[in-house]
Amino acid sequence: MTEVARSGHFVRLWRLLALLGGGLIVIALITQWIGSPILTRFVTVMYIDLILVLGLQMYMGNSGIVAFAHIGFMGVGAYASALFSMSPVMKSMALPDLYPILADVQIPYFWAVLVGGGVSAAVAAVVGWPLMRLSDFAAVITQFALLVIMHTIFVHWSAITNGPRTLFGLDRHTYLFGALAWALAMLAVAYWFKESKIGLQLRASRDERVAAAGVGINIVLVRWTGFVVSAFLAGVAGALWAHFILSFQPSAFYLRETFLIMGMLVIGGPGTITGALVGTISVTVAFEGLRAFENWINIHQVFPFPISGLTDVTLSIALILMLIYRPGGIVERLELTGWRGPWLRRTSEEAPAEGNP
Amino acid sequence: MFSWSDWFGFVISFLSLGSLYAVMALGLVIVYGILRLVNFAYGEYIMIVGYTLYLLHGGPLPWLVMAVLAVLVAALASYLTERIAFRPVRSNSVTAMLITSFAVSTLFRNAALLFISPRSRVVPLPDLFSEGVNVAGTIIQIRDVLAIVVSIVLLLVLTLLMKRTVLGIALRAAADKFTMTRLLGVPANLMIGAAFAISGTLAGVVGLFWLGRIGSVTPLIGLEPLIIAFVASVLGGVESLVGAVLGGYVLALITVTINNFLPQSFVDYRQAFIFAIVILVLLVRPQGLVGQKAEVKS
Repeated sequence: MTEVARSGHFVRLWRLLALLGGGLIVIALITQWIGSPILTRFVTVMYIDLILVLGLQMYMGNSGIVAFAHIGFMGVGAYASALFSMSPVMKSMALPDLYPILADVQIPYFWAVLVGGGVSAAVAAVVGWPLMRLSDFAAVITQFALLVIMHTIFVHWSAITNGPRTLFGLDRHTYLFGALAWALAMLAVAYWFKESKIGLQLRASRDERVAAAGVGINIVLVRWTGFVVSAFLAGVAGALWAHFILSFQPSAFYLRETFLIMGMLVIGGPGTITGALVGTISVTVAFEGLRAFENWINIHQVFPFPISGLTDVTLSIALILMLIYRPGGIVERLELTGWRGPWLRRTSEEAPAEGNP
Repeated sequence: MFSWSDWFGFVISFLSLGSLYAVMALGLVIVYGILRLVNFAYGEYIMIVGYTLYLLHGGPLPWLVMAVLAVLVAALASYLTERIAFRPVRSNSVTAMLITSFAVSTLFRNAALLFISPRSRVVPLPDLFSEGVNVAGTIIQIRDVLAIVVSIVLLLVLTLLMKRTVLGIALRAAADKFTMTRLLGVPANLMIGAAFAISGTLAGVVGLFWLGRIGSVTPLIGLEPLIIAFVASVLGGVESLVGAVLGGYVLALITVTINNFLPQSFVDYRQAFIFAIVILVLLVRPQGLVGQKAEVKS
């Protein structure tokens, strides 16, 4: 990469952060100004979802491999951070069978979030290595298998997860601006990764696998790197979520959440960071709107029976229509990095433009 | 100790479970072979069978007619998902189709949630399903024997269809070299539609027996059969119909063995263990038990 290209790279990074991050900050400020607890809750969860979607974009968007296991890593982060942040007294009540070595550990919240991300990344690093050479059918099934395995472990490893029951006793640490700060940081990480050498190689392996291997890209290594960093983001999101929601059970990290996060990414545009953000915001808004509508129907007893499932029905129809009419998502290729500059040329022939130095 | 009659019960439950698993896997593989699509909505066809039976319950129809109708509805649902959802995205990418099937699965599940109920609904079953016969001191469930017989008949019919009819030969040719088959004048849409209809029929028939074991239907009932079909087809080799059948029986053998011989603490982790085997198979022998060494594909 030449010096010029490198400096252009940072200019684009700052522009993207200024535009997208600025938007996120404005949303947070308006939310704070309105001060409604319900709205604050939506927006905080939206920032956490954004981190999940960015993590999914990092691996699935760049490598083209459908990453079903992503939400499993969110669960790993949630449980791991809870084990490290809960007070020993609460742990003795919520998790009576906990191993003695973990029973007395308590570290500050910030470090617990990092531990959540770190444990997630470590698990991904170990289980991911042999899986990264698989593509197509095998990759899909192993990812799905991984999700089922992680779910089974969450449900049955009672000593540290309280089994299928709810794990309770966490303290509230995640607030609106904390979630915002993490989301901004992860926005930068995701963009940096996408435009880094490894990200570029990963995208090359997505578009032309044989050719990418032919020019000397170590596909297993670049995929593995993406997978591990992506799991770190999922783990961080899980940790933030755990300290926001305060009590949760294994079913929170399974197919429904997977579908929601994947829907956000695919509708927004799996190929771009901007798409991940647009998808998260638009799906969240639509979802909460529909949920409010559903509640309204149930409260006013429009039908003689309560209804549920309207949100997911709508999201799945939207997803199918999107895949039929605009398979690349809302934001397909161009990142929102400003309206003029070298990025226009870059996107037309992205991969080979800056070969080896 | 394990007596003779215990062994007999073991073999019967292995064979009945294996026959169901084999047919389930076959329905998944028949679509995968042609379209390279892992159909996540496959389990929901079984759910549809359950709800059709539930909705027809109390009507004037005898159970057998209701069962045939339910299977037909499942086949129709399978065909329609192809026609409405998969056909428009077929030209995009395998990933797009995969996510579409995931969305279709969620759609079916939540439609059941929305229009019927999140709670389980009792499925009407003939008395025969709950009766047992005493064979030399062992109680054998009639539904297990029926499952074995019906599955084997189904497998034979399907074998004849695939080997002797023009449609079957075209389907097998398409699974092998899709483009070449089209060049020879076989209409692609017809073949893919037929594959989906067969897939839905197989899911429907299996669904009858699957529901017969459980007795009720919930919106989430399709997940377990889907997972079983995944695992069985991977074990046997996703490229091969014979492999799918073999994989079904192997998976049933593993499941029944774990249930009968291993301690409860291990049975809890059965699903994790079976999926670990799946990952191992994909790593060591991605072509499955019967597949041939895969050609290099781009």
